This record gives sequence, C-alpha cells and structure tokens, in this order.
Amino acid sequence: MGVKQQGAELAPATEYYKVLGDNILTTSLDKLVNWSRSRSMWPMTFGLACCAIEMMAAGAARFDLDRLGVLFRASPRQADLIIIAGTVTHKMMPVIRTVYEQMPEPKYVIAMGACASSGGVFDTYSVLQGIDQELPVDVYVPGCPPRPEGLLYGLIKLQEKIMREKNSFGAAIGAGQVIRD
Amino acid sequence: MSQAVVAKLKGAFPATVQEVKEHRGEVTVTVKREDIVQVCDFLKKEAGYNFLCDLCGVDYLGQQPRFMVVYNLYNITTKERLRVKVAVPEEDACVETVSGVWSTANWHERECWDLMGIRFANHPDLRRILMPENWEGHPLRKDYPLQGPGREPYQGRLS
Amino acid sequence: MAKKDIMTINMGPQHPSTHGVLQLILELDGETVVKATPHIGFLHRGVEKLSENRSYHRALPLTDRLDYLAPMSNNLGYVLAVEKLLGITDLIPERAKVVRVMMAELTRIKSHLVWLATHALDIGAMTVFLYCFREREAIMDMYEKLSGARMTSNYFRVGGLSLDLPEGFEKDVRSFIDAMPGHIETYEGLLTGNKIWQKRTIGVAKIDADAAIDIGLTGPALRASGVDWDLRRDNPYSGYEEYEFQVVTRQNGDTFDRYKARLDEMRESCKIIRQALDKLQPGPILADAPAVCLPPKEKVVNSIEGLIHQFKIITEGFKPEPGEIYQGVEAPKGELGYYLVSDGSANPYRMKIRPPSFVNLQALPQMVEGALLADVIAAIGTLDIVLGEIDR
Repeated sequence: MGVKQQGAELAPATEYYKVLGDNILTTSLDKLVNWSRSRSMWPMTFGLACCAIEMMAAGAARFDLDRLGVLFRASPRQADLIIIAGTVTHKMMPVIRTVYEQMPEPKYVIAMGACASSGGVFDTYSVLQGIDQELPVDVYVPGCPPRPEGLLYGLIKLQEKIMREKNSFGAAIGAGQVIRD
Repeated sequence: MSQAVVAKLKGAFPATVQEVKEHRGEVTVTVKREDIVQVCDFLKKEAGYNFLCDLCGVDYLGQQPRFMVVYNLYNITTKERLRVKVAVPEEDACVETVSGVWSTANWHERECWDLMGIRFANHPDLRRILMPENWEGHPLRKDYPLQGPGREPYQGRLS
Repeated sequence: MAKKDIMTINMGPQHPSTHGVLQLILELDGETVVKATPHIGFLHRGVEKLSENRSYHRALPLTDRLDYLAPMSNNLGYVLAVEKLLGITDLIPERAKVVRVMMAELTRIKSHLVWLATHALDIGAMTVFLYCFREREAIMDMYEKLSGARMTSNYFRVGGLSLDLPEGFEKDVRSFIDAMPGHIETYEGLLTGNKIWQKRTIGVAKIDADAAIDIGLTGPALRASGVDWDLRRDNPYSGYEEYEFQVVTRQNGDTFDRYKARLDEMRESCKIIRQALDKLQPGPILADAPAVCLPPKEKVVNSIEGLIHQFKIITEGFKPEPGEIYQGVEAPKGELGYYLVSDGSANPYRMKIRPPSFVNLQALPQMVEGALLADVIAAIGTLDIVLGEIDR
C-alpha cells in the first residue's frame, strides 16, 4: 500500500537508537532536519470541492501561505504534504491513492473540512466517509469549509508535530526510521 | 399562450396527447412514449421550443407505469416554458433518444440512464456519466438505499 | 505518406487547470486536438437523493455546496422553486425581495471574480489572480457579516430571509460598488490590450449561436455568441422587472468575447446593486405564512407559542400540495433550474437540479476539436465550470 502506519507497526524505539544513539549531536541534527522540513512544507495543488476555494484564498494575498514556507506544487513528486480539500468520493479515491503514493517520503496529510474528515453532510452512497479510512491523517481541520485561518492553524499544528519527530536525521541517512508521536 | 401550443399539438397528434395539466401556471403535457421524438421535433420546428432546458427521470415506485421521463422545454423567442412527460414501464424502461433533436439531450440522457436506469434507444453514447463504470444499480431509484447497499442503514435521523 | 499517429493523453482529474476534478481524455495529432472526451462524476455526492430524504427547509444548506462559488444564487433558485410549489410567491415582502436581488448580484460579481482569477492564471497572468481575490475577500467579509459564513451562507429562507441586514451593511455594499468599477478597469488594463492575452483568447474556442443553443449553453457563454436571452429580464423573478440593466451580448462567441461579456456583466451588476440599495426600505423580512416560515428568533426564545411553532416547522416541516414545478434563475454561470415534484409529504419527492456548468461543459469537445492543446486550457476556463454543480 505504501502507506506508513504510525506507532503500532513500528519496532520498539530502542531498536533505532541502536543505529544512531540519542546524544547531543544526533538530537541537534534531528532538530535541524525537523526545522527545515516544517518550514518548507510544499503541498500538492489538489482541490476537490468547496474547501479548495478557501485553500486558494489562503494562498492569495490576504492570508498568504508563502510566509509559512508553503508553496503549492503542481506535481506530487515535488510535494511533501497533501491537503485533502473537499469531499472524497469512491470514484475519486483511486486517484488520490495514486497521487499519494507518488509523493516522496516524508509525507503528511491534512484532512481539510468536514467532508474529508468524516463525510460531512454527505452521508450518501457515493461519498467516502472520511479520508482517514484510506490515508494516515496528521491534522484534521474542522469547518464547512474551514476559514483560511483554520487552515493556517492546521498547518502550524503540523509544523509543531514535525518539530517533535525523533531520529529524523538518522532516517535521512538511512539509519532506522522516523519516530513520530 | 401555452394553451395555444397544446391545442396545436393536439391538432397535429390527436391520438398522442394523453393528459394536459396546469399547476402554478405551468403546463405539463403527457404524451405517448412511442411518439416522443416526433412530438419533440414538432415542438421544436413548428412551435419554436428550440431549447431543451432539462431532461430527467422520476421514479414513482409502486405506481403503474413506474417511471416518468420529463422534458422541460423553453422557447427563446417567446420566452415560454412547456413540460412534456412520457410514462415508462419498469419492465421495458426504454425511451427513444431526443439527442437528434437537441444535442444537449446527450448528457442529460446519459445521466438519466446512470442514476435512474432508463435506457435511451439509438443514443450515440449511452454510458454511465456520474458513477464509476463498474457501479451496480441506479442510485436515484426509490428502492436504492441512500447510503448505498453495502452499508448498514443509519438508524437515526438524517439532518 | 507518413503514418498518422494519434497520441492519447490524460488530463486530470488531478490537474491544476481543470478547475476541480474534471478528467479529459485528449486524442492528439501532434499538438492538434482530434477528439476530447470529458469524464465527470468524481465529485458526485448524491445531493438529489439526499434532498429527497430531508424536509424542504433542511435541503436548503445542500444547495450552498452545489456551485460553491455562488452559494446565494443557488439558495435563491431553491427558495423561489419551493415558494412557487407552495404558491406563496406573491406573499414575499418587498424588503426580502430587494435584499435577495442585491445579494444575488453581489454573488454574481464574486463568482465572476473567481472565474477571472483562475482563467487568467491558467493562461499565464498571475497578477490578476491576486487582485481578484482581494476584491473577493471584501465580498466574503460582507457574506460573513450577513450570515456568519464566508462561503456556505445558507442565508435565504423559504418565505424570506433568515436575518435582517446587520448594522452598517448598506454602507459596506455602497463603498464596495463605488470602488468596483475602478477595479474592473484595472483588470481590463492588465488584460484587454495585452497582446499575449489577445493571442490566447481571440478566435479561440469559438461557437456560433445555433450550435450554442443546440448544445444548451446558457448565461454569459450563450450571450457572447449573440443570443439575447437573460432570465432576469425575460422571465423575471424576485422583482427583477423593476430594475434597469443591460443584457450584455457580444457577437463573436470566442473566448475574448466571453471574457468581455462577463466583465460588462459585473458592471451591470454594480448598477443593479445600486438600484437595490436605493429601493431598500425597512419592513418585514419574512412572508406572512406561519405554516411555512420559521418565527423570528425573539419569539422563539421568549414565548412558548413561538417555541412550539419553531419546533413544529423544524420537526414536521410543511407539506406542499402534490404537483410539479420548474423554476429557473440566471445564476452567474447560466440557467440554474430546479425541478421539484411534491407528493404531498414534507420531503421533496424528486428534486432535479439543472446545473448550468453541466450543460455548458458539454460544449467543450466541439469547442476544442481542431484546436491546439494549449487552447484546451483556455476553453475550460472560459466555460466557467464548477465541478460541485456538474457532479452534484
């Protein structure tokens, strides 16, 4: 599937530390890696429905996502964040999965809005009831649609989450995997 | 004014017009299924209804015949509307296509087939349009569950 | 003779220029499009089926999410349709009608702004995008003041409006429409005389009047082909017959004319809003139809009768007599129609929405066949499609 599950499926944390210990050098390097990752999140330009318009508004002059280092990329190969902005239908899901699998690691998912988080008002035959049934979601942004400030807050929360990652330097040079909380 | 058109239609197709109804100032003419293309052609060429606004199916589950196909027409010159309906039985859910009269009917009929399961004979490209190709069933039918057949029906209230 | 190779390429549903989740299968001979096949339905959410399972009042929020660039136009079409079904069209108070017209026209400007922003961005003009979104934010702020939401307003009600205008709202609108014509001049200054813009739009995706009517185009896309038809003038609703405005028509039916038609339409909308502001008088905002309209909030919280009244309408709804009606309104993208069938119960028996984008998109294959690949992007932009309403 290519979907990396968090927590449960990873081996105990101690195994990674066998590779690269937990000392002042590695943790400082982890911080450096985390800092650079969290300050340059490049999301996919991927709008599904109404929320995409608010995502565009967040990218335009008034809210200006660029100041968080968020630049929209048109290709999944250049992106490390996918914002599921809108209703996900059963017809659309295979496309989203393909796009997600094309993104290089490390990758993050934001479920923007009620539809992406839970299906929202559309409890019908054609709508997937929450993107978390298929992809591992890092941040949920509630709202129908969320305000651009809501999306900004979600992005900041994701930055904080990335900053808490451990062994990110080790993973970058091929020693073990990133430990997320 | 619409009454004049209905009278003209009755004059041209005496055996076809089954029912004429008026509700809130809108005229609905029910015609025989076999003659729908001729009726539409006549309305377009002789009565000036050159614009097909909408085409859809309605499922009257439990009634005979079960389906109605509804054509909402518009006359751009006189700015008038007229509604034409044909009854379609469940066992032979098929109507002749009017995409030869108005090209816009093409997608409307595809949608009607996709969601309501009414076939359109001689349609140039009758494929599913909104649902995936391999979808089973026709969701807008009244006996199709809202949340899809695969799910346990929700017991609470839909709000 | 060299063998003619046809290459098939896939565009979308994940593509920044398809305005959502539209998929196009393009067959190309070199750079020339031989055949284009649109595939839609990636955002089919079952709105029609869902509304059959809800009462009339509760189906209203779903209409916001059809054409999410113009929520109030969708609301307007729906409430007018239900009012027609109930036969209470004549009971709607004057103030509600004027506010509806005002908000519908603001919505038209808002929708056209997004169209211009994305259309220009697709063709390569980035600056216009930022300007258009700046003006759009002003309208969003008004929406928010009025209804509490920036996009999904859910403001109109069957029988009138949900709330009266907030304080200072008229002043906001007035200052906005005072400034808006100047902004439109700015966009024109950036685009109309621009050689690149002209090369990318003049003569591109042409469609003549007869073909446009045959394929079912409506709205500015049809009027740019020279067909003089606007539901606001020809089948007036909500008191549009009392306003003076021009129906903008153009003759060539190409991308440039559609662009000009929409810009002129924004100017006309400003005029209509100005007239609406002048007409605005204090008065009731809900029709005197207690079986249909929710009571005012003060009554609900202060008296038991009001509470019972609200409770009955929310839980039971109202039951229009059996029958069927069709109501079309001139939405920013074309004719938005609601076909409602009532069987005498509190839920619509069948609600068919005639989305303008769905029908307009049908014209895409014949517009782009024989054109260059790059013109496909211009053609999608000029049709002004929204997938939320195409797929419903």
